[in-house]
Amino acid sequence: MFLLAIFIAVPSFIAAAGRSDLYYTLTAVALLSIASAGVWLTFYIGRINIGQGAFALIGAYVSAILVTKVGMSFWLSLPLSGLFAAGVAIVIGVPILRLRGVYFAMISLVLTQVVTLTALALPVTNGAKGITSIPLPGGVSILGLTLIPDFATLENPRLAFYYAACVLMVLTFGAMYRLVNSRLGHLCRSMQQNEELASSIGVNISYIRVIVFAISSFLGGIGGAMFGSIAQSVYPSSFQVADSVNFMLNCFLGGLGYVFGPMLGTLVLYFGWDLLFELGRFQLLAYSSLLIILMLFLPNGLLSLRLPGKKGADK
Amino acid sequence: MSHILEVRHVTKKFGGLIANSDISFNVNENEILSVIGPNGAGKSTLFKMISSFLPTTTGEVLFKGERISNLKPHVVARKGVVRTFQETTIFKSMTVRESIIVAQHLRARASLAGYFWGTRTAHEDVDSFGQYADDLIEFLGMTEIGNEQASNLPQGNLRALGIAIGLATDPKVLLLDEPFAGMNHDETMKMVNLVRKVRDDRGVTVLLVEHDMPAVMNISDRIVVLNFGEMIAEGVPAEIQNNERVIEAYLGSADDEIGI
Repeated sequence: MFLLAIFIAVPSFIAAAGRSDLYYTLTAVALLSIASAGVWLTFYIGRINIGQGAFALIGAYVSAILVTKVGMSFWLSLPLSGLFAAGVAIVIGVPILRLRGVYFAMISLVLTQVVTLTALALPVTNGAKGITSIPLPGGVSILGLTLIPDFATLENPRLAFYYAACVLMVLTFGAMYRLVNSRLGHLCRSMQQNEELASSIGVNISYIRVIVFAISSFLGGIGGAMFGSIAQSVYPSSFQVADSVNFMLNCFLGGLGYVFGPMLGTLVLYFGWDLLFELGRFQLLAYSSLLIILMLFLPNGLLSLRLPGKKGADK
Repeated sequence: MSHILEVRHVTKKFGGLIANSDISFNVNENEILSVIGPNGAGKSTLFKMISSFLPTTTGEVLFKGERISNLKPHVVARKGVVRTFQETTIFKSMTVRESIIVAQHLRARASLAGYFWGTRTAHEDVDSFGQYADDLIEFLGMTEIGNEQASNLPQGNLRALGIAIGLATDPKVLLLDEPFAGMNHDETMKMVNLVRKVRDDRGVTVLLVEHDMPAVMNISDRIVVLNFGEMIAEGVPAEIQNNERVIEAYLGSADDEIGI
């Protein structure tokens, strides 16, 4: 159902309405929801993560550098940028994941700023000028069979990006769903609820924390890399602290108890912001007030509105 | 009889405060040994050092001749020495059954990735975890509350759940933290029987820390008494009951009362 909707219904609707600019918006939603899914996963082990922007930026830069300087295919650089972000997460995560609650949140908040400043300072990231005119993703073919066409030759690269982002999103959330319902998910829940008790039953909590943080950052890196490729440019300001905060808000809004919460949260938050554009300078005020009201009345997120008995991952 | 657990000259200092001073005793296989003492005697500190939740300042704890002090708690649990907590430490939003399934972590044969991909070993594990959880729930007489969320359970059941979580790890030694605290006579007797059953049927050695004198006298094979961080007595319940130093520690000495 859902797959049909995003792969067939949405494109045909857009074609009918002639609003091809919506492709860009929806692609952004798909990619941001991937990064938000990562944040959601760190919530799942009881850590408030306001640092996903850092990993998205890292992913975007790694991919951009690999494509422009090394001449690597984008499709190869995509997983590599995710892996690089995960590697960074492991190095940073080992010391900082010991912190709990607001202390971890504060450190993670600083991460985004650190990565932004690093990008400004390093020669390889080209400082404030960023990396621009990144070529569109090339084609992939195996034994003469074209798996992914060259985006530059397509007449409608927006649609292609939309499909690519949706495929990534579906893969991400499919994997998340499996993960949450597998043993790792159960262990995460046990840690979220009580780390001491979890370690008393033999769970290596520091190991699992790092693994989860790495997966989270992997998703952040992938989302960021794809974003950079669509914008065909990366700047130190591509992902800022505000973006990190938004990734977290997406999770809150969608519901921390539901795997698909970040997806819905991203969609609502992204469109909500645009819809309030009419209000001009009151946009931010109205937007913030709405968010506060939503969180007061729906502390478990939008998905808690669903009918009981259809509770998905939160069984 | 062989010693399954040896506490050797364990001392713990917090800055200038000496919480435990040179404590040594052995726990025999398959016995129930209680550590008792008035408030502030250092029972909890000792308990945490045995389960490696706190490092020792000096001295060591051996399990089957192997050092288990100053390690990480999960490593000690893996070796087979598992502690329980007082009732507030549970997995609040899991049901009894889910808690027991999670607690079988150590019995898992498939890797975490295996569970993700759903390999055959993983499926077998999941089946056996569920089976084991049902068995354990029946063994502990918790069938009626098996699918209750932990946060909804009354206090007495929470203790039993704590023990169930500990047992699900398949321990050799179970360390119980004040299992009778705040219970009335009936509840205490139920718990005493449960702990006995755990020892008798599952062959688990039990070391418990407790205030409740009658329950301790009833359940213990041997007792270790602490006072002001020092070990003042060790023996079977009858010996402890008649030990002058123990009576003094609990009731104050006759001299004190007359003196001032």
